[in-house]
Amino acid sequence: MDDRDLMKITRRKFLIVGAVTATTVALPPFISAMASAANQMARPVRAPVSLEVNGVPRQLELDTRTTLLDALREHLQLTGTKKGCDHGQCGACTVMVNGKRVNSCLTLAVMQQGSKVTTVEGLGTPDKLHPMQAAFIKHDGFQCGYCTPGQICSAVAVLEEIRQGIPSHASPSLTDRPQLIASEIQERMSGNICRCGAYSNIIEAITEVAGVTA
Amino acid sequence: MRPFTYVRAQSPAEAAAQAAKTEGAKFIAGGTNLLDLMKLEIETPLHLIDVNDLALDRIEATPEGGLRIGALVRNTDLAADPRVRKDYGLLSRALLAGASGQLRNAATTAGNLLQRTRCPYFYDTNQACNKRYPGSGCAAIGGVTRQLGIIGVSSACIATHPSDMAIAMRVLDAQVETVRPDGTTRVIPIADFHRLPGNTPNIETSLAANELITAVTLPAPIGGTHIYQKVRDRSSYAFALISVAAVIQSNGKGRVALGGVAHKPWRVEEAESLMPDGAKAVTAKLLAGATPTHENEFKITLAERTLASVMAQARAAS
Repeated sequence: MDDRDLMKITRRKFLIVGAVTATTVALPPFISAMASAANQMARPVRAPVSLEVNGVPRQLELDTRTTLLDALREHLQLTGTKKGCDHGQCGACTVMVNGKRVNSCLTLAVMQQGSKVTTVEGLGTPDKLHPMQAAFIKHDGFQCGYCTPGQICSAVAVLEEIRQGIPSHASPSLTDRPQLIASEIQERMSGNICRCGAYSNIIEAITEVAGVTA
Repeated sequence: MRPFTYVRAQSPAEAAAQAAKTEGAKFIAGGTNLLDLMKLEIETPLHLIDVNDLALDRIEATPEGGLRIGALVRNTDLAADPRVRKDYGLLSRALLAGASGQLRNAATTAGNLLQRTRCPYFYDTNQACNKRYPGSGCAAIGGVTRQLGIIGVSSACIATHPSDMAIAMRVLDAQVETVRPDGTTRVIPIADFHRLPGNTPNIETSLAANELITAVTLPAPIGGTHIYQKVRDRSSYAFALISVAAVIQSNGKGRVALGGVAHKPWRVEEAESLMPDGAKAVTAKLLAGATPTHENEFKITLAERTLASVMAQARAAS
């Protein structure tokens, strides 16, 4: 193989080949034997799912294993919502379901039959930004931007949760109404990780929007 | 993730009956723990029974003056309920100390009780784990144990229960209501709900196969100062190294349970009679017989100091 042949192996192909090889060689020893014979034989199952996404009714036919996140990104081409850890630890996949923020990677699309889903695409458009989107730009609330859609969906929901009087770990009193202050916002945003460390600017952006609309 | 069939159940008894007649069935509600484990193929159900349509999402007053919390009440909604905030502040505080806002919006009361340990050896399918694969051994023993259990552990498992809510429920003497596949119901005191690992750490609760939790009830309020103090490696969105759940009366008497130390919420009623004598006496009784590792023996000191802090806060509040 000369250098030119090597160049033909794209990085993507290399990663795919690598992953397949790794799977073959290192099948986790304490999992494969445990799965029952029936489990090994199980075939993919498809089911119809109806969702209302950003105000638009959508009908899908999906493998039951499809998470809401994958339904949005891979089947509805709404790629604003990001897949970070895929285990509910990073918050990049945060969307609103029936008005409440959730990790879209930790719910199945079939479980959300009939739900109203709002993604970052449903908050604002490039021509008409949501105030939270505008504030993130103004305060430089991101660097690489990967966590940003989740941060923005979460931030919009956080202000609504405070308005509804839902207490947090940072609330000094359980019986008084929670305040729109930085310590409350910081605590409530702890489910959204930013590897670039734009946290202080994110808090500034949210605080500004809170001040405008509170 | 392994393939599975999926249905939405219409009644609790129907859900339990259907689970009993379908191989590899599991209930799903919030899904925040089960789906995480299914992606890793630690859980491999063949059939999921979605219980979200069951009308178990209400919090109602009981004739005894307590509360009946539906199994599907979300953690956020339970923590924010005005009756819970007023009379069972410990429960609100424990819930709010756990997970993230997104997770609390999805996670349910029953699911919180049933969540699996976050022991890293349970999560790593390349490691031996008697909980995940009975009989394979415990790679945590002799491994990295800083987060793991110090009391009630066994030679088969040193995992801890990860819930904050369950620690508060234990102090509040909650009861777990269930329905079985034959339609009969029963009530399990929270003290008997979670098990110690023994030789079968894969069996974590006293629920029978396909038994479904329908509600958790709280007795009438007991007053006192309610404090949940959680010590962790970062100030939010982390599991406890130690947590102390306490209800302390103005005369210094009270109740206390620890999280982050055992396979179940750790409460020793006899230790509570020592509360007027201070944190040192209580902790000595509470953690008598502890078998920590070199890496997690700090938890004994940390438990005592955290309890001392909680008692000081209670004195200041009363």
